[in-house]
This record gives sequence, structure tokens and C-alpha cells, in this order.
Amino acid sequence: MDMLQIFLNESFWVASLRIATPLIFGVLGALLCERAGVLNLGIEGIFVVGAMVGWMSVYAGAPLWLGVIAAAAAGGLFGLFHAILTVPLGLSQHVSGLGITLFATSAASFLYRTILPDVSSPPRITAFQPMDVPFLSDIPFLGPVVFQQTALTWLALIMVGVVWWVINRTPLGVALQAVGDNPDAVNAQGLSVYKLRIGAVMAGSALMALGGAFLTMSAFDAFFFGMVNGRGWICIALVIFASWRPGKALLGALLFGMFDAFQVRLQTEAGAVVPSQIFLMAPYVLSIIALVIVARKAEYPRALLHPWFKGHR
Amino acid sequence: MVIEPRGNISRGVQMAIPVIAALVALGLAALPLGFAGAPILEAYKQMFIGVFGSVFSFTEMLTRATPLIFTGLAAALAFKARLWNIGAEGQLYLGAMGAVAVGTGLIDGPAVLMIPLVMIAGAAAGAAGMLGPAILKTRFGADEVVTSLLLNFIILIFVQMMLEGPLKDPMSMGWPQSEPILDNAALPQLIPRMRIHAGLIVALVAAVIAQIALTKTTWGFKIRAVGENAAAARHAGINANRTLLGVACISGALAGLAGVSEVAGLKGYLTTDLSPGYGYSGIVVAMLAGLSPMGVVIAALYVASVFVGADSMSRAMGVSSFLADLVVSMSLISVLVGGFFARYRIRFAGKAGAGR
Repeated sequence: MDMLQIFLNESFWVASLRIATPLIFGVLGALLCERAGVLNLGIEGIFVVGAMVGWMSVYAGAPLWLGVIAAAAAGGLFGLFHAILTVPLGLSQHVSGLGITLFATSAASFLYRTILPDVSSPPRITAFQPMDVPFLSDIPFLGPVVFQQTALTWLALIMVGVVWWVINRTPLGVALQAVGDNPDAVNAQGLSVYKLRIGAVMAGSALMALGGAFLTMSAFDAFFFGMVNGRGWICIALVIFASWRPGKALLGALLFGMFDAFQVRLQTEAGAVVPSQIFLMAPYVLSIIALVIVARKAEYPRALLHPWFKGHR
Repeated sequence: MVIEPRGNISRGVQMAIPVIAALVALGLAALPLGFAGAPILEAYKQMFIGVFGSVFSFTEMLTRATPLIFTGLAAALAFKARLWNIGAEGQLYLGAMGAVAVGTGLIDGPAVLMIPLVMIAGAAAGAAGMLGPAILKTRFGADEVVTSLLLNFIILIFVQMMLEGPLKDPMSMGWPQSEPILDNAALPQLIPRMRIHAGLIVALVAAVIAQIALTKTTWGFKIRAVGENAAAARHAGINANRTLLGVACISGALAGLAGVSEVAGLKGYLTTDLSPGYGYSGIVVAMLAGLSPMGVVIAALYVASVFVGADSMSRAMGVSSFLADLVVSMSLISVLVGGFFARYRIRFAGKAGAGR
């Protein structure tokens, strides 16, 4: 068994980035919500909604990018729902988030079944294809790994930069961080705590939905029940691992993608000796381990989980 | 707009909220029914008949409610201590595996011995399933929401592995399922020719015990104290970590018993589709019940009615049975919002520093 060979193979790195893409979207989304002080356990359901709405739009005849926009809009809508429950109403973020996940998952599944009642094998769309950037794609090794990904992977990488820039380089970002740490101070500055938090949760949820859309519009070309399979929850673990920083979020998602791609390749080599399920468990076990390692040191946004009411002290 | 607390909430209002929430959620089902193009009143009628139309359908509902009482209790007790056990689905499967491990021929004996043994094995397996995340929380500060959720996926894959390995039934023609539970270890049926089984009795007894333990014992007092304010509870000399570990074990054991009840009372053998998400629905049950154990029984009957009624309506009218999941999830959100309006009033006042 030649493990080094795996790392030298460019297909390994292509796969790593592909596996990381939905997680990049998801972790960035969770990061935006939590930086503003709102835990969004709706993530798992919002992934399902993004996957279904994006796919269904294209299946109904919309161009791919319109499908992407539709998915983001649907995610934002569920984010608005979660935000209304948790921000002005100040309800339990845990329970509301789980409620959103159950509601979003069942709504997406109900819509899919109602619109396509009799399909036995899931219908397919023409998904995003790997981009072929002239010249750049021909660079040995780096070319295929970076430049032959689909446009949605590129969008994910761009969003890392955008979220980093907004948080660290704009007045909005300063306000956003403050609202997750010390909402009273934000209020004293004359800014609206409610608007900032609701906006952050909507934007974050839209990003989460893009993670779902990537699954049906790029990684696969069809919608299956149960296809999200805990990816949202993994993002909730990864965002703690990433200490709520966009750069580290990218790193965490990439490490995760590499590990997952590695175990798939290891599986083909060691499959005869070790039951395949051991490898299937690996991503979830890895997430728990990552969480345990950083848990003691994690500096949660100080106002995370704490509702804030106007006029209360 | 100003939000102010209402002061004391009467018991009547507290009891009315989940009822109203459940009715609102059922009412909102008209929207997806309309979207699916079904005649709405007829659909409601079919749902009602599906539950109350015959003795058989009613016992089917009770059969469906049985695991929900267990998982609802599991969530209610844990949430009471503010321990977020979202892993009841996995603990259910662990319980089922525990039952199958000892109940399919490893040992044999009379039913008076075998049935308690199978239940203890399942409860212990379930307890271990939540003890893990609780230790990670108290020892390392790892958020139990995430760890218990992720464990659900790990455990389900583990079940697959066991069903293709040590627990596989050699007579199953290659299907991944366990050997059947021995007759001596199976929970007896309550009514001939109906599927309803003694698991329901066990669930009801568990609910009564939980109610008494929570409201009448020092252990229950500790749970509530830790849940309301862990720091204050510690200050008062309560060992909060030990209380949390204890609750985790009981909560996991209850979820494990849901698995025992399904496998030893209903299915007879273990497959990977034993539970259609009873662990997650248990959270809804617990919230509808306001985390009260006796309330869990009533809420479980409601959620089971929605599932059985919608299934029956789905077969009769061709509307997707995902409608049931929609109604159940909307019930959760409704009861959450209802709780808000019971606790607070919203006043639309002028700008002049209202509420200060």
C-alpha cells in the first residue's frame, strides 16, 4: 500500500476541493450567524432546501445561475424565519433551529414528492461542468486541481474572501462582530441590533443553501432524500474548530475534504481487511475529535445564544 | 415596539398553549394540502378516520405512540437539566442492538427472566450512547448538541456494520437484518390480532416514574436547579456535573428502551430502517409537553395520530405522507411561538422611552 502515491495524484486534490466546497459554504454561513450572536441549527434543513430548490428550478427550465439564486433566496427566507423567532422574539435558538431543520426538510421533501409524484429513479439535470480556463488549466498539477473545478467551487472560494473582507475591513463587519459580543454597545451607537442580527442570519442562511445547491447542481445532478446526510451538523462543529474566522473555516473545510478523499482511496486499498463502514464513519468521528480538541480553548462570541431585547437592561 | 413580561402565567394558559399550537399546525396543513390539489375537508376527514375509524387503526396509533413516549421522555428529562440530547435517534438504535445482542439466542430462559434482561441490555446501551457526549461536555467542554447529533450518524453506520457482521441473520437470504428475537424475550401483544404490545405499558410506567422523580424527589429538584441556573446550583452545593451525567444516563436509557420496544415488541428483528426518525420527533413531543413527563404521553398520542392519520390519508388520496412531518415540525414552531405570547406581551407604544 503506497500512501504517498495518493497525495501525489492530482485526482486526490481535485476530490478534496470538491468535497470541501459545500462545507465551505456551510461553515461561512454558520460563521456569519454565530458572529452576530445567533446559533443556526436550521443549517441541516436549509442545506436540503437549497439542494431541492436549486435543482428544481433548473429542472423546471431555469438557467443554472438562476437556480443558484433561487436556492440562496429560499435559504435566506428560512433564515428570516429563524431570525424572527430568535432575534425580536428571543426564543430558544436551539429549539427554533431544530424546528427550522425539521420544517425545512419536510417542506422540501413534500414539495419534491408533490411536484414529481411518480418518479422512481430521480430525474437528472445538466449540472455545472468543470471549467476549462484556457492556458491556466494546462498548468501541470495546479491546473486541473484549481482550474478544472466547477463554477460553484470558485464561488465558494470567492465567498471566503468576501466574508473575510466584510468582517475585517468594513464598518458593517465591525458592527456585526460587536452585535455578537456586546449588543448593548451596538445599541448605544444608535445601530439596530435587530436589523444587524436578522441580516446576518439571512445572509448566512443563503450561504448554507448554496452548500446544498452545490450537491444537486455540481457534485451530483439529481436530488435524493437524505443526501445532505449530516453535512450541516459537521459545519456547526467546523465553525468552532475554525474559531469563527473565514480563513480558518476554509482551512478546516479543506482539511476535512482531504481527509475524506484520503479515506475513500484508502478504502479501495484496505477494503478487503477493514469493513467499509469504518471509513463511512470517519467524517463524523473526525468532526467530534476536532471539536473536543478545540473545545476548551474556543472563544465563543460572547453574546451567542443570548437574546437581546430593546428597552431591557 | 416594546416586549414586556406578563408576570405570572396561569396553569390554564400553560396547558392551553400546546393545544392551540397543535390545532394551528393542523390548520396550516390546509396550505400544503391545497398545493397538492387535494380536496381539503375530505383530506382532514380521511386523517380522522385513519386514527379513530376502527379499533385497529386506534391501536395502530397507540403502537406508533409507544416509541414516541420513550424518546419524548428522553428529551424532556435532558432538556429539563438543559442538557441538549439530540441523539435519541442513535440511542434508540443502540438500545435495539443491545436487545438483539442478548435476546436472539445468546442466552435462553423463561420470559420473566428474558424480558427484563433484554430491557436492561437495551437501556444500558442507550445510556452509554448519551454518557459519551455528556462526558465530552463535562470533561472537555465540547458542545453536546453537535456531538450527540453526529453520533446519530456514526451509530447508524455502526448498526449497518453489525448487521453485515456479527449480528447478521444467516437465514436472511443476504438481507442485512438481525436474527429474530426469541419468543421468550419478546414483549407480549396486548390484544390478539393487533400489533399493540406491552411496550406501551412500560412507556406509561416510565412516564409516571419520571413525573414523580422530577417533581417529588431531591434528584428531580437537582435536575431542575441545574437546568435553571447551573452556577447557582453549584453554589448551593449541588454537583452539577454529576447531575448532568446522571440525567444523560437516564435520558439515553429511555431512548434505548424505545429501540427495545420497537425491536422486541413490534418488528421482532433489527434492520437499519427500524425508526423513521422517532428520536427527532421525540424532541417535538417533549416541547409540546412543556417538558412535563405526563404531558409527554398526551403529546406522543397527538404526534402519533398525525403520523398514522396522514399515512392513511396519503394512501387514500395520493398526497405525500411527508405532510405528517410538515405538521409535526409546524407544531414545534407553533408551540415555541405560543410560549412566547404566554410569557410576554408586545406593546406598540410611542417613541418616548417606553418600557424604561
